[in-house]
Amino acid sequence: MAKIIRRAPETAFVPQPDDDLIICRCEEVTKGDIRRVVHAGLSTTNEVKRWLRCGMGLCQGQTCQRNFQGIIARELGVSPADIGRITGRSPVRPATITTFAHEVTEQKEA
Amino acid sequence: MSIETKSASVIIVGGGIVACATAYNLAKRGMNDVIVLEKAEIGNGGSCRNAGGVRQSARDVRELPLAMYAVGKIWPTLSDELGCDVEYVQKGNLRLGLTEAHRKTLEAHVAKSTRVGLEVEMIEGDDARAICPAMSEEVLCASWCPTDGHANPLKTTLAFYQRALQMGVTFVTGVTVTGLRKVRGRVRYVDTDDGTYEADQVLLCAGYESQGIAETVGVEIPVVPRRNEVLVTEMCPHLFDVMIGVAGGEFYGGQTEHGSFVMGGNNGLEAFCSEHHDRFSTDSITAPSIARGILKYFPALEGVKIIRTWAGYYDACADVVPVIDAIPEAPGLVCAFGFSGHGFGIAPATGLALSEILLDGASHTIDVSALTYDRFAAKG
Repeated sequence: MAKIIRRAPETAFVPQPDDDLIICRCEEVTKGDIRRVVHAGLSTTNEVKRWLRCGMGLCQGQTCQRNFQGIIARELGVSPADIGRITGRSPVRPATITTFAHEVTEQKEA
Repeated sequence: MSIETKSASVIIVGGGIVACATAYNLAKRGMNDVIVLEKAEIGNGGSCRNAGGVRQSARDVRELPLAMYAVGKIWPTLSDELGCDVEYVQKGNLRLGLTEAHRKTLEAHVAKSTRVGLEVEMIEGDDARAICPAMSEEVLCASWCPTDGHANPLKTTLAFYQRALQMGVTFVTGVTVTGLRKVRGRVRYVDTDDGTYEADQVLLCAGYESQGIAETVGVEIPVVPRRNEVLVTEMCPHLFDVMIGVAGGEFYGGQTEHGSFVMGGNNGLEAFCSEHHDRFSTDSITAPSIARGILKYFPALEGVKIIRTWAGYYDACADVVPVIDAIPEAPGLVCAFGFSGHGFGIAPATGLALSEILLDGASHTIDVSALTYDRFAAKG
């Protein structure tokens, strides 16, 4: 992660015409939501995810993460590589608690 | 003093909830000449990697004053104070027992906590099922603390951060602290991979990574990283509001406002597993172990889908409570680490206590006198 100095915003938030665009479909997070929290001081992909839940829904960011990482980087004027990616999480597809619980017995029976 | 000269009245090492809550409390008292130095990003360690318990029951009595002050005086109004909904729910904590041995463990906790004035009682399995209807018939007994609860740790940590930022505190992330140095007997320099920073006082609250930093000025505190994992389910209809713990230690957790169940635990073999602290990677055996624990107590959740799992490390202290103390042998240094997996719920109170230690020389609102740095003794 690159060095980032964070201080209170000195200018007011400037809305954009497409701020109501949905970026994360699972959790219904808009471009304006993301731009607003970056203006308030959140400065990495994970921080924005933890605050707004974008990338935390059923798809786990598999569709939206590049888009919202790009928006954050553009707002900050840095490269997307400087602000990190959200962490890939197991399982790749949702699986029931029972499936998890029986992983050993199912393996043995197979 | 400023970020341009890399100097401040107070430098806080670590960017978790303890750092953010302390920075906020300092700024509230008018002290915003503060620089917070964080290696990765805000709240990257245990602060955002916990199940959100705000619990007084089953705590060590030495840290209970922090928990009781936080629950009594800070949490109920914290959302208003920080201008953000931190999803605090005060609907109680059930700690469940399946056996007579569990009952004895729970009774011992209840007796200890009751002696210091906490409202907590033993109840029977049916009483517990009346409070939390989805529970298994196997549950024999429980401890019940109606003033416990839970909150959203991500929201709480980042809300403290944003308020402190608005009030003039400077945060620098992506900077790794390598050590401290004294000048004429006082801790003054903070060495980093971004050069040397300078402060009148240094607060070290960087979780388990504090240990190596404290050792650069000769302060040794017995803390090790210990992994826990958490699984998060899909959104479900509202089932219960209470926070659940179990005497057998199989899992802990609750249902969030969002609807997902967030439940954590460990596999019992962590001390002997390979460690990848910087990757926070999960393994193949922990989530199944937590899942089996959940089904033992809540068979009704068998068909609920897990959508993600994650891991975090807590800073396990030798006697399972933190050090919150100014260090006389290293004047200018205040240490706050070793929260041992239960630091989130007390963090708003910890921030207040630390701001008083830094500004007034002692914590006068909350008694933290049992959490000294020099309480550890070698055997023999």
